[in-house]
Amino acid sequence: MADVTLTVDGKKLTVPAGTLLIEACKSTGIEIPSFCYYPGLSLQGACRMCLVEVEKMPKLQTACTTPVAEGMVVTTESDKIKQARKAMLELVLANHPLDCPVCDAGGECELQDMTFKYGAAESKFMDLKNHRDEQQWSPVVYFDRPRCILCYRCIRVCGEGMDVWALGIQNRNVGSVIAPNKEDHLECEECGMCIDICPVGALTSGAYRYKTRPWEMKHVGTVCTHCGDGCKTTLGVRRADTGMEIVRGDNRDKSGINGDFLCIKGRYAFDFANSSDRIQQPLIKHEGKFVAATWEQALDRIASKFKQVLASDGPTAVGVIGSNRTSNEENYLLQKFARLVLGTNNIDHHRTADFPAFASALAGNANATASMRDVFDAPAILLIGNNPTDQHPLLAWQIRTNVRLHRAKLYVVNSYPIKLRRQAAAFAQIASGSEGSVAQFLGGNDAAGDAAVTPQFSREALSQLRDELKNEKDLVVIFGSELRGNDVTALVNFGLAQGAKFICLGDYANSRGAADMGLYPDMLPGYAPVASATSFHEDWVDEIPKSPGLDLLQMVDAAKEGKLKALYVVGSNPIARYNVDPFALSKAFVVVQDMFLTETASIADVVLPIANAYEKGGTFTNTCGDVQMLKKAGEFAGVRNDFECIVRIADRMGYDVHKLVPFGGGGTRADMGQSRGAQSGEADRHAVWLAEHNLEPKMSPYDPTAMLDEIQRLVPGYDISRLGLLSGHDEHTQLVQITGATGSGHPELVLPSNDTLFTSGTLGRYSPTLNSVMERYSTTAAQVAGD
Amino acid sequence: MKFSDQLEQRFATMVTHYPTKRSVLVPMLLYIQDELGAVTDEAIHEIAQRTELTDLEVRNVISYYSMLRTRPVGKYNLQVCTNVSCLLRGADDIFEHCKKKLGIGNKESTPDGLFHLEEVECIGACSWAPALMMNYEFHENLTPAKIDELIDGLKKKEEQ
Ligand code: SF4
Ligand code: SF4
Ligand code: SF4
Ligand code: FES
Ligand code: FES
Repeated sequence: MADVTLTVDGKKLTVPAGTLLIEACKSTGIEIPSFCYYPGLSLQGACRMCLVEVEKMPKLQTACTTPVAEGMVVTTESDKIKQARKAMLELVLANHPLDCPVCDAGGECELQDMTFKYGAAESKFMDLKNHRDEQQWSPVVYFDRPRCILCYRCIRVCGEGMDVWALGIQNRNVGSVIAPNKEDHLECEECGMCIDICPVGALTSGAYRYKTRPWEMKHVGTVCTHCGDGCKTTLGVRRADTGMEIVRGDNRDKSGINGDFLCIKGRYAFDFANSSDRIQQPLIKHEGKFVAATWEQALDRIASKFKQVLASDGPTAVGVIGSNRTSNEENYLLQKFARLVLGTNNIDHHRTADFPAFASALAGNANATASMRDVFDAPAILLIGNNPTDQHPLLAWQIRTNVRLHRAKLYVVNSYPIKLRRQAAAFAQIASGSEGSVAQFLGGNDAAGDAAVTPQFSREALSQLRDELKNEKDLVVIFGSELRGNDVTALVNFGLAQGAKFICLGDYANSRGAADMGLYPDMLPGYAPVASATSFHEDWVDEIPKSPGLDLLQMVDAAKEGKLKALYVVGSNPIARYNVDPFALSKAFVVVQDMFLTETASIADVVLPIANAYEKGGTFTNTCGDVQMLKKAGEFAGVRNDFECIVRIADRMGYDVHKLVPFGGGGTRADMGQSRGAQSGEADRHAVWLAEHNLEPKMSPYDPTAMLDEIQRLVPGYDISRLGLLSGHDEHTQLVQITGATGSGHPELVLPSNDTLFTSGTLGRYSPTLNSVMERYSTTAAQVAGD
Repeated sequence: MKFSDQLEQRFATMVTHYPTKRSVLVPMLLYIQDELGAVTDEAIHEIAQRTELTDLEVRNVISYYSMLRTRPVGKYNLQVCTNVSCLLRGADDIFEHCKKKLGIGNKESTPDGLFHLEEVECIGACSWAPALMMNYEFHENLTPAKIDELIDGLKKKEEQ
């Protein structure tokens, strides 16, 4: 748009036409006080705090609703304005309870700040205040009516932002009051957006209210550990008996890919970390009962037993199951441990998407994956399968916001009438389970289209959809785990031909990381087949076993037959997730690293108490391939992180850990015989890479960044900006394969978690917040059904 | 809820008068109230569905307008204006008289369900102040005697 030049407080500035005066002022460092204005939401003009003088306009104007105009002369500080602001604040405070000493928002309240900066120290109001008791609207949302300043932010964010429309306004003028959709309570997505957007303490959360004062917490920005979207969440921690307790989650650090957004899980379901069910000591099973043990005893027992099995039955008799919620460093270390220390390819994890098929379909094409940020401003989006509102709340937010603010064109193909159809320009409700056929049809297989047709969705409509999609430039194609194997290939081929970018949806915080880091029996990190010659083969000192190992279900079968004698489970609960008969594992020696005595941990021989993702450093890769740093926020006495445990077990087994973790120099294979280039002579490749990247060698085998160095050096796509990562930015990786070989997808092993907004795998079961919300909605449902 | 034929017809014609469906909300609420005596929960739900709004949004609108109500009031709704013009011409006394005569206060109904009394802002009859509205009927240049006449007349009509 054309630019407009105006004068603000004597300063000339040029901004694009259509810019709001308040934003124009902000861009030149002039603060206009405001309550109701909120970037990205519709304009309200309710609070009158943003009044400014505009030359030739008789009355003060609201800067939040006035667009700039050519030659405008604006004054933002004058006696008249000062007086107006004072009067506005006096009105706002007229019925405000001023209970700041006990208000959650005290110390970080916009009303306090405004009154401090612009307010009058006196009030002419002598009337009695109109008191109302605090109300609980849901397990999450509480409302303290007298504190409300009627800025309407909560209503707008819930309606426009969340597309839930659960909040409204009743009555008018002084009698106006924010109201929930079910008269005295809420039925909604419980995201807490309304609570955090409230400038005062009128909306408060069940999780945090009356718990502490804001200044008593330390704030740590890290990554949510629930779904695969990778929201940045700021955790407020304070000292507790068990270490550092997490008392609050929010997103005041709006630098993350999620901007303003967090769902209930990122905001409130950190509470599993404070659960009294957590294991605080290593446990060794003795005559069928767990007995608390020291770390030394437990590690010794594990190491000696692993060695014993290796000696008697060889490496094929041991297996490893990794996790979707451990860091990239831990996943990478775990598969390296399996392959080099145990000497086996028997390693797998709970797969929630067919990432190998996706990687192989992309066939090394660069710039073919979309980041979570791309979804926010792509001009067109195709969503096949999945229900992001439940399973990928941030993705759903990005799509909704893009449609709302940038008028993106959304195509939704699904066998259910998912909520995002409300934003769709075209919604195709196809026959149940025919997502794969649609992918094939798009890919050019006309016959496959028949399977998708329903009485409401005709063959012609399907063809029209394909034609329209073909005309979309810069399309982002997002698909759920309904698509696997060949269907993924067909869809990718269709999109690549027109330069589309893709997102393959996997379910947990680091599902993509687990896949990228090679928690597969037949693939190394970067989806390289184990048998092919890769840089890992060149680099690692010990041999990688050549033949593919057993997958998760095969391992269970082998254990049942007594062939698999030892199983090492890190942060996974296969017994519950895959419905495994616990008895199947009774003959094997089972080691479990977990926070809780899950179904799998209960049948283990040794259990190690483990720190969760909020209690350690490392990196996560979200489902789009955006890598972010974890920062340690909480602390829980008695636990260790998975990384340390794996290294220590290797050490106890007599393995030289230098060969596992590149620390302190040595351990990696030196290059001989090259005469040119950075890697000439006998240089240590790792040292050369570090020097090239201006990084120091790490000094401790327990330092996960040492592993990150190796990941960045060896795993295709991961050579991203360390500087960006360290400063808390998300860095997008490109899925680039090591070799052109096809990764065998094993679509039958993909088991989507089907989490809802209020569940989160095994972890979610230990969150009191999620439990209370689920209980609430299940009883409401039962009542309705009983009618 | 099922709309009566009359409401059904009104909705069908009025919905064509506006560019968006939601615009028909306020007039429809008035027609519903005339027919049912109040906008009931069922009616709220029905009109919300038809205008593609949430029940909450319909409630927001009802609560904004004092002439819309969710609970039925007495058969004869006396709305006495006490705004400036009427005030200057003795509306306060008129209102007090109504209270005494009916034995009820502001926004209350008589036990027999016949009368409802309400103090309201300007009803646009300033030139003939003080004024009141009985349902949709205007009564102007009021005096206590005129009030008695009105109320007694209505009572008598009911007794017959
Ligand atoms: S918690 Fe979320 S969905 Fe519920 S009322 Fe608040 S903003 Fe709306
Ligand atoms: S509850 Fe908070 S966000 Fe909502 S209108 Fe009141 S002050 Fe604004
Ligand atoms: S959308 Fe996913 S990553 Fe974001 S807060 Fe919710 S569960 Fe966490
Ligand atoms: S910020 Fe402008 S009126 Fe509220
Ligand atoms: S003031 Fe009473 S009718 Fe106008």
